[in-house]
Amino acid sequence: MHQKIDTYARTMREEKQHSVLMGATASTEKRYSVLHQDFEDPDALRTLAAGIKDHALANLDRYLADAEGALTANGAHVHWATDGEEAKDLILGILRDHNVTQLTKSKSMVAEEIHLNPFLIENGIECLESDLGEFIVQLDGDEPSHIVRPIIHKNRREIAETFQREHIGADYNDDPEIITRRARVHLRKKYFEAQAGITGANFVSAESGRLVLVTNEGNARFGMAPVPLHIAIVGIEKIVARDRDLAVLLNLLGRSATGQQLTVYTQFINGPRGKDQPSGPEHMHVVFLDNGRTDVLASNCKEILRCIRCSACQNVCPVYRQASGHAYRSPYGGPVGAVLSPLLFGKRFPELADLPKASSLCGACQEVCPVDIPIPDLLLRLRDRAKKEHVKSPGTPPMAPFAALATNPAVWRTSMTMSKAMNHLPIRFAPVAPLQAWIKQRTLPEWHGGDFRKWLKERNDND
Amino acid sequence: MSVHPPTDRPTGNRVLLMGTCLCDAFFDDVAKATVEILEHLGVTVEFPCDQTCCSQPAFNSGDWKASRKVARHTARVFAGDLPVIVPSGSCAAMNFHGNLLQFEDAPDEEVTSLAHRTWELMDYIVHGLGVTEWKGELATPTKVAFHHSCHSRGTGTGAATAGLLRTIRNLSLVEFGQAEQCCGFGGTFSVTFPHISGRMGTLKLDHLLEHEPDLLTSADMSCLMHLGGLADVQHRAIPYRHAVQILREALPAG
Repeated sequence: MHQKIDTYARTMREEKQHSVLMGATASTEKRYSVLHQDFEDPDALRTLAAGIKDHALANLDRYLADAEGALTANGAHVHWATDGEEAKDLILGILRDHNVTQLTKSKSMVAEEIHLNPFLIENGIECLESDLGEFIVQLDGDEPSHIVRPIIHKNRREIAETFQREHIGADYNDDPEIITRRARVHLRKKYFEAQAGITGANFVSAESGRLVLVTNEGNARFGMAPVPLHIAIVGIEKIVARDRDLAVLLNLLGRSATGQQLTVYTQFINGPRGKDQPSGPEHMHVVFLDNGRTDVLASNCKEILRCIRCSACQNVCPVYRQASGHAYRSPYGGPVGAVLSPLLFGKRFPELADLPKASSLCGACQEVCPVDIPIPDLLLRLRDRAKKEHVKSPGTPPMAPFAALATNPAVWRTSMTMSKAMNHLPIRFAPVAPLQAWIKQRTLPEWHGGDFRKWLKERNDND
Repeated sequence: MSVHPPTDRPTGNRVLLMGTCLCDAFFDDVAKATVEILEHLGVTVEFPCDQTCCSQPAFNSGDWKASRKVARHTARVFAGDLPVIVPSGSCAAMNFHGNLLQFEDAPDEEVTSLAHRTWELMDYIVHGLGVTEWKGELATPTKVAFHHSCHSRGTGTGAATAGLLRTIRNLSLVEFGQAEQCCGFGGTFSVTFPHISGRMGTLKLDHLLEHEPDLLTSADMSCLMHLGGLADVQHRAIPYRHAVQILREALPAG
C-alpha cells in the first residue's frame, strides 16, 4: 500500500540515515557559500552552462562525428556501443587483444550503469576500483549510494571494520587519515601490477577530442601512468562543442559537487602517448555508449541529458536525505535518478515509475542545478506518462471523483458546507486512507466549509 | 518548483479573487483578510462563485486528464482581462506554470490567459500595487518565523512578504537554518510518503522553532496546516497565520 521509497526510508538503519542526512546537508552548505563567494551572479553562469549543453545536444550527430575525427587524428581508437551488452563485449574484446588479466578502474557512473565491473570479473579479469569510496563499496559487495560520494551512507567505524576484515592494515583503526594511508599502500601495489586502466570521462570536446577527467585522489592519473592501455567509456551526452566550453562547466562542476573551486586533479587527455612523451598508455580506446540516451533525446525529458553528474540535486533533496541513494534502485539516486532511471532503463519503466513520485516538487533541485535542468517539470511529465501507461501507484487516491466534483460548482458548494458535519464525527474511525495517513502524525484544522462564501454574501447583501 | 511568473501581468484596482479550496474548506479567515486588505488598499475585489480548485491535486498525481478538466473549468470561471489574485503561492504557480505544462501539447486560450493574469497575493501587493511599507504595528512585540514556501521559488513572493513584514512595528523576523528546505507537505505527497513527509516536517519545525518565534507565517496555508498539525501532535504547538492576516492585525484601529 506504501510507496517503495517511503518504506525504504522508514525501515533503514538510523545510523545510515544520519550519515546521509549529515553528509548531504554539509555539501549543500559548502556549495552555496563557495558559489556565492566567487561569483556575483551564479544563476547567470548556470543559464550559460545550460545553453552550452543544449547546443551540443541539439547538434549531437555533428559533434559526435567531430569528436571521432579529432580523437582518431590524435591516435585514439573510437568505438560505438548502442547498449551495455555491446559496450561490455567491446571492452572485453579490447582487453583480450592486449592479454590483460588485471586492471584498475577509476570512478565512472556509466560503468556502474552497465555493471561493467562484475562482468569483467566474471570473465576472469581482476578489476579493481581505485576511487577510495568505490574501493570500499567493492570490498563490501555494496552499491554506491551517491554520484560523487559513493559511501556517503557509511561512517568511518564501518569502514575500519571492513579494512580489518580484509586485512588492509595491521589492526582496527578508524582514523580517516590512517584509513586513507592504508588504502594508498594497498592500491599502489595494484597500480603497478595492472596491465590496463579504465576510466570514464566528465566531458569530451568535439573540437579537439580532448577528454576531461576530474578526480580528487589522482587515481585516474595513477591508473594510467604505468599501463600500456587506456580504455575510456563515455556516455554520448558528455560531448561539448569547444574546448572553451570546458571553462564554464569545470568552474561549476567542482563547486556544485563538493564546494571546491576546482577538483584536485583535472586531466585533459588528448590521445595515447606521443612519440616524445616519457610515459602514459601507448594505446587509447574510447567507447561511446548510447544505452537509451537517443531515446531520452527524442522524449519530452531531454533536458536531463544536460546533467554533468555533480550530485548537487541529491545533496539538497529532502527526500534523498531521508531515503539515501539505495532507495532509488539504480546507480543514479535522488532527483536526477528519479528522472534518468525510468528513462534510461526503458523496458523497466513500469517498475521504476514510482521514482518520479518521490518528490514534494519543492524545486530545490532545479535551484542548485549547474545546468538548470527543470527537474520538477520532468518529474511531472513522467508522472503523466506513468498514468497514461496505466502503471499503478500505491496509495495515490483516484482523481476522477475530484475532477467531477471540482467541475460542478453547485455540488462543490454544497459539499463544502455539508462536510462541516466532519467536525462532529470521530474522524479517527473514518475509512478514508489519505485522511488516516494525515491524522496519524498531524491534527486537522477545524472544517469551515463555505464560511467565507457566506460571509461574503452577507456583506454584499448589507451593502 | 522554481517558477517564473510572466513579466507582463496586468495590475489595477479591480481584481478577481481566487479563494483556493483550502480557504473554502478550512481557512475562511485568510480569504476574509485578503478581501479586507485589498479593499483597504483601494482595490475592488470580485469573487466568481463558480470557482472550485486550481486542479493541482490531480496534476501532481499525474492524472492530467482529470486536472486539465478542472483547469479548463477554472480558466472559464476567471475569464476576462482582470488580474487574478491568489492567497497561495502554490495555487498561483499552478495557474502560471503548471497549467502551461499540462497544456503544452495543445494550448488552451483561456488557460493561457489565466496564466498571464495570475498573481500570488503578497507579490501583487508589493510588486503589482507598489506597496513596500506597511504603516501599522502589532499590539505587542512579536517574533515571527517566515517559512518560504517552495512553490514561490523564483517568484517575487518571498522577498515581497519578508520585506513588507519587516516594516511592521513590533514585528521581528527570526532567522533560521536551511531555509531552502521543503516542509514536506507536497499535497498528496504527504499521504503517499507519510514517513518522509513527517520527517521533513519535523526537521523544518526544528529549524523554525530554534529561536522561539511567537508564530509562524507563510504565503501558503498548506505548508502551515501541515507544520502546525505536526507541531500539535509533537506537543510543541505553535500558532500560525497567513502573512495577510498579520497585515490586517497590524492595521491602525478604525
